[in-house]
Amino acid sequence: MAQTIGSTSCEALVIGGSAGSLDVLLEVFPALRNDIRFPIVLVVHRKASNESLLTDLLKSRTTLAVGEADEKEFLLPGKVFIVPADYHMLIEEDRSISLDYSEKVNYSRPSIDVTFQSAAEVFKEKLVCILLSGSNSDGVEGLKCVNSFGGRAVIQNPNTAIMPYMPQQAVLNVKPHIILDSHDMADYINKLND
Amino acid sequence: MISDVIDNEQVEILLNDVLENHGYDFLEYSPASIKRRIIRLYGLDNFVSFAEFRYTVRTDKQYFKRFLEEITVNVTEMFRDPSFYRSLRNDVLPVLGTYPFIRIWVAGCSTGEEAYSLAIVLKELNLLHKSLIYATDINPSVLEKAKKGMFPLTYLKQYSENYLQSGGLKDFSAYYTANYSLAKFDESLSSKMIFSTHNLVSDHSFNEFQLILCRNVLIYFDKELQHKVFNLFDSSIEKLGYLALGSKESLEFWPKAREYKRVKMEKIWRKL
Repeated sequence: MAQTIGSTSCEALVIGGSAGSLDVLLEVFPALRNDIRFPIVLVVHRKASNESLLTDLLKSRTTLAVGEADEKEFLLPGKVFIVPADYHMLIEEDRSISLDYSEKVNYSRPSIDVTFQSAAEVFKEKLVCILLSGSNSDGVEGLKCVNSFGGRAVIQNPNTAIMPYMPQQAVLNVKPHIILDSHDMADYINKLND
Repeated sequence: MISDVIDNEQVEILLNDVLENHGYDFLEYSPASIKRRIIRLYGLDNFVSFAEFRYTVRTDKQYFKRFLEEITVNVTEMFRDPSFYRSLRNDVLPVLGTYPFIRIWVAGCSTGEEAYSLAIVLKELNLLHKSLIYATDINPSVLEKAKKGMFPLTYLKQYSENYLQSGGLKDFSAYYTANYSLAKFDESLSSKMIFSTHNLVSDHSFNEFQLILCRNVLIYFDKELQHKVFNLFDSSIEKLGYLALGSKESLEFWPKAREYKRVKMEKIWRKL
């Protein structure tokens, strides 16, 4: 395989968000190109009930295939995988999905840290993780891990976040690859395809 | 949690030790999940090197008890997924009620919350007196807790909401007595339960059942092991009996799935 040093192609994008992140997702998804060549995983904190609401909302705003992640399902390019409410999601070496109903992490299940860390190990420098608006500090440890495996840690500009605490904690504790305003995010993701 | 303190090779070494020295086989568990559990425990117990951790797990029988309890996931809830329990109450148990005697297996029961939930529904359908619930787990220490039927009082508000949403008919507090920080569930419920260790990986079928409930256990197994366990269940379910799984689990890719029919929208299948 011809792989040049510093090759930055993206093989997976994981987006983590909590309170205030839905607005960003609803802005970003309609603007995504329809030939995205990597899987997109969404870890969004929400109540265990009203299960399919997030999936339905996003489905109506993109031509990409959107679905709740099923256990043992493979991460396929161009597909959006939403981590189900009340489960953590891990990624196996063969790029299949493992769901996990273990203890909450940062008072959250799904936890953003859990999926960021797991994805970091598997995709290493071919991973991009974006941390969005939120009011706790889930995702910060995960982004550190992404950095240590050579992936790219992207943080929403706290000034553009409805709940700035989560991205703020990330900016304070993690060396970001880039800090993005919410309205620049779709463009950034589209360019990961090149 | 730093996820590279123990690598994949070391996980395999440790799991081989566990099989050789203690007879528990975790080699067909989903690799990412089991690795995460191992790293979590390594951190919780402040080990400083993999060699020390490995030695302790291999040789210290007392520590191995803890290892077993922490490596498996024991998070559970009463009336988890209320719509699932509503379907048991309305679609499944009334059918089983036509039998003279009902045998149920709760496989991977952990600390017993699902077994007690089931007993409550049976009681309200006036079927508990002719039912027997076999509640099994790989882990002897969680079974000790399950036998006591005492759950932290702080969770009871959530359980009570779940119960009502699932179609519960009574005041939930009628089923337990609050004692300091614990809720002790009525002994009439546990009187119809038999607790026993059973390892889904290595133990055989031990009876025939009309209902097997195994929720959020198979998600920790790889596909091959899942299929082995489905075969074990298949040989333990009577014709026209039911198999109930967790909300994200499915019979879908198992070759014999054709011989089972899904009950409505829930993760419940009936053997044809």
